Amino acid sequence: MSQVEAVRGWIDQRFPLTAMWKEHISEYYAPKNFNFWYYFGSLALLVLVLQILTGIFLTMNYKPDAANAFASVEYIMRDVSFGWLIRYMHSTGASMFFVVVYLHMFRALLYGSFRAPRELVWLVGLGIYLGLMAEAFMGYLLPWGQMSYWGAQVIVNLFSAVPFVGPDLSLWIRGDYVVSDATLNRFFAFHVIALPIVLLGLVVVHIIALHEVGSNNPDGVDIKKIKDPATGIPKDGIPFHPYYTVKDLVGVSVFLILFSAIIFFAPEMGGYFLEANNFIPADPLKTPEHIAPVWYFTPYYSILRAVPPLFGSQFPGVAAMGAAVVIFAALPWLDRSPVRSIRYKGPVFKRWLAAFVVVFVILGYLGIKPTGVWGTFPAGLPLLGGAPVATLVAQVCTLVYFAFFLLMPWYTARDTFKPVPERVTA
Amino acid sequence: MKSFVLILAALLAGPAIASSGHYPLEKAPVDLANTVSLQRGAATFGSYCSGCHSLGYMRYSRLTDIGLTEAQIKQTLLPAGAKLGDTMGIPMRPEDSKAWFGVRPPDLSVEARSRGADWIYTYLRTFYRDDTRPTGWNNLVYEKVGMPHVLFTLQGEYALNHESAEGHGAGALIKVKDGQLSPAEYDALIGDLTNYLAWVSEPAQASRVRMGFFVIGFLLIMLVVAYALKKEYWRDIH
Amino acid sequence: MSQDQVDTSKRRFLLAATGAVGGVAAAGVAIPFVGSMLPSAKAKAAGAPIEVDVSKLEPGAQLTVEWRGKPVWIVRRTPEMIAQLDQNADKLSDPGSEAQQQPEYCKNKTRSLKPEYLVVVGVCTHLGCSPTFRADKGAADLGGDWPGGYYCPCHGSRFDLAGRVFKNVPAPVNLVVPPHRYISDAVLLVGADSKES
Repeated sequence: MSQVEAVRGWIDQRFPLTAMWKEHISEYYAPKNFNFWYYFGSLALLVLVLQILTGIFLTMNYKPDAANAFASVEYIMRDVSFGWLIRYMHSTGASMFFVVVYLHMFRALLYGSFRAPRELVWLVGLGIYLGLMAEAFMGYLLPWGQMSYWGAQVIVNLFSAVPFVGPDLSLWIRGDYVVSDATLNRFFAFHVIALPIVLLGLVVVHIIALHEVGSNNPDGVDIKKIKDPATGIPKDGIPFHPYYTVKDLVGVSVFLILFSAIIFFAPEMGGYFLEANNFIPADPLKTPEHIAPVWYFTPYYSILRAVPPLFGSQFPGVAAMGAAVVIFAALPWLDRSPVRSIRYKGPVFKRWLAAFVVVFVILGYLGIKPTGVWGTFPAGLPLLGGAPVATLVAQVCTLVYFAFFLLMPWYTARDTFKPVPERVTA
Repeated sequence: MKSFVLILAALLAGPAIASSGHYPLEKAPVDLANTVSLQRGAATFGSYCSGCHSLGYMRYSRLTDIGLTEAQIKQTLLPAGAKLGDTMGIPMRPEDSKAWFGVRPPDLSVEARSRGADWIYTYLRTFYRDDTRPTGWNNLVYEKVGMPHVLFTLQGEYALNHESAEGHGAGALIKVKDGQLSPAEYDALIGDLTNYLAWVSEPAQASRVRMGFFVIGFLLIMLVVAYALKKEYWRDIH
Repeated sequence: MSQDQVDTSKRRFLLAATGAVGGVAAAGVAIPFVGSMLPSAKAKAAGAPIEVDVSKLEPGAQLTVEWRGKPVWIVRRTPEMIAQLDQNADKLSDPGSEAQQQPEYCKNKTRSLKPEYLVVVGVCTHLGCSPTFRADKGAADLGGDWPGGYYCPCHGSRFDLAGRVFKNVPAPVNLVVPPHRYISDAVLLVGADSKES
């Protein structure tokens, strides 16, 4: 027995190291037909690790004090060796996290990965998505630029629209009458330690829940139904290691090339990843001309703006925005198609999914722009006269967005479907 | 469904840029590799701007990055009593500057990142005489600006051309007095100054781009090796 | 599974190649993170060498300046003080400055570039207190044979006017002489010796 094996044996008697390695990696049998859409889970994990690593090193030099925060970021950019690189990795990583996560979620929509028995994987994933949005929102306040400050001001003020408890809720969140040093300090605490711990915990649960039932695949076929009688291994399953570790390494390489291209050649990404306004220190007395959330929040922001005030309250807009995020949770129970994967679903589902993607993108675009971006309807028009065109488009898109979910039980049940093969296809 | 999508697509292709009534900006001749231009810009800034505008996140010692020696920095740019490692502050006290100009002259360390180099380049070339303003100066890019035209002795003096249609573009201003520099010379001076401010706003830019080529080159090698490894193992799978 | 034979040597080669590339990648990623922990430009600026004008310093007097957060003493020694240094040897632990507490160019009798000026860091080499300047030769409270130097009030360590440590005191080595040079006759640069610093 070699030294390594002896040490491994010693550990295994006290901690299930080899057992865990086998269960989750070397003898976890994943379907052999994973395609492009299956890279994004491991990429999301990579970005999480990168954000934590760069975040730790940023925290070494960042000062969470309203008087010093902006200056400390410029200190990192100029005076700290390679500080600029660590900063750009973190800011680019934040946006790339959402790119990866949106693509990861879209895979689930394509192949029905949210359906039974993976409802819990989906729900925990949604928890991660919500946690990620909170983490990004709090992190964005930290540079204490104009956009940081006013973006936070607007979003925290949304909570004051909640009936009865609203204003007190906002006051409690802020710790002050306006977004201030008190808010900055607590957002720092949440961003640096509280939410990362929650996110890590949820990711662990997410992966364990997935491994409990096994991965889905592009055909939506249950590979556990057909096993090799001798070994009990699914015939269409291959061990995650070495096949998917090796394949994911390729995915990681491609991702890192894209990631590096942005960091080294275009870290601001035209103002979408690092906004120009955020290079102006926060000024509570001067509101910028145009406040917009970062691009990954804009579809929901669009929905918020599309809903007009009702009974003098902005709450319906806030509620609609919240519902737009939370409604994803209902998916496992909304999809009544007999088949999992889009490959075997009918044209109706495909059109609805396409429509959902289109409106999501349009809503996202509109959320970045001011409501006047497409001008207004001519004054003489009945009902629409003088109203911004973009608002009407956003309202129509919002209706389609919710219809995608709410009508799903109806259109998926009535849609045609193709016979699902017993074994996976290429 | 299809027609709905088509309508949406058509709307998306529609007018995308809202008119905001802003003065059209000219492209600034930024060239961060041109160290001579950057040095000239540093000198101009030191002579005309550093009395009011700090570059508080920039250290004098960093000027070695644009080809100046420590001796040159000490002789031409370092104020009396300052050390090479100090940041580029100003002698004015904030309360004084606010009293004299109505607003504190902003720190310009990241001005080229917030307003953009084109804005700075156009702004410094579109001051005009305006007796309704407390400083006697106004600006086409920044209406009712609190800053006087510090460089008027070099550029000469301009006034609004009331025959021009909307006050945009060439012909919006007419020259009423010559300065020490010709328009081309002045534009070159402002070009250098803008170039300098662009460098100040992100001094790591040159090394960032250089490093990028190496990193991506290496990653391409890593991709090739990783892909070969993947292909080899996946020969097992049919 | 595949029908062909697994080409183990090719796999081993590719694994090694990937491992090597991965190792380089890991090192490459580590460099900026580890590097970012080095002193920043701000720390380096704060720790930069300082110029000290010694032209007004009276003979026998001491001037204190701060460098890298520590006091640095400059003493303008009188001829008597310099002469006294040769007679202290039997009281001292390390009269020849064998321990590396000074730059090479200060490993001499007076532990300095110019005999007239002592430049020394005012931190006791025992546990870091700042000793008191006691140039008064023969002071009664220090025992009548006090040659002049420094007395540390914390634990009683003693140093002479070249910063050399006495025998039988808690401090183990001589006071540190920082790198320094003269820019001109009247101006001393503390914290740098060679021209590049």
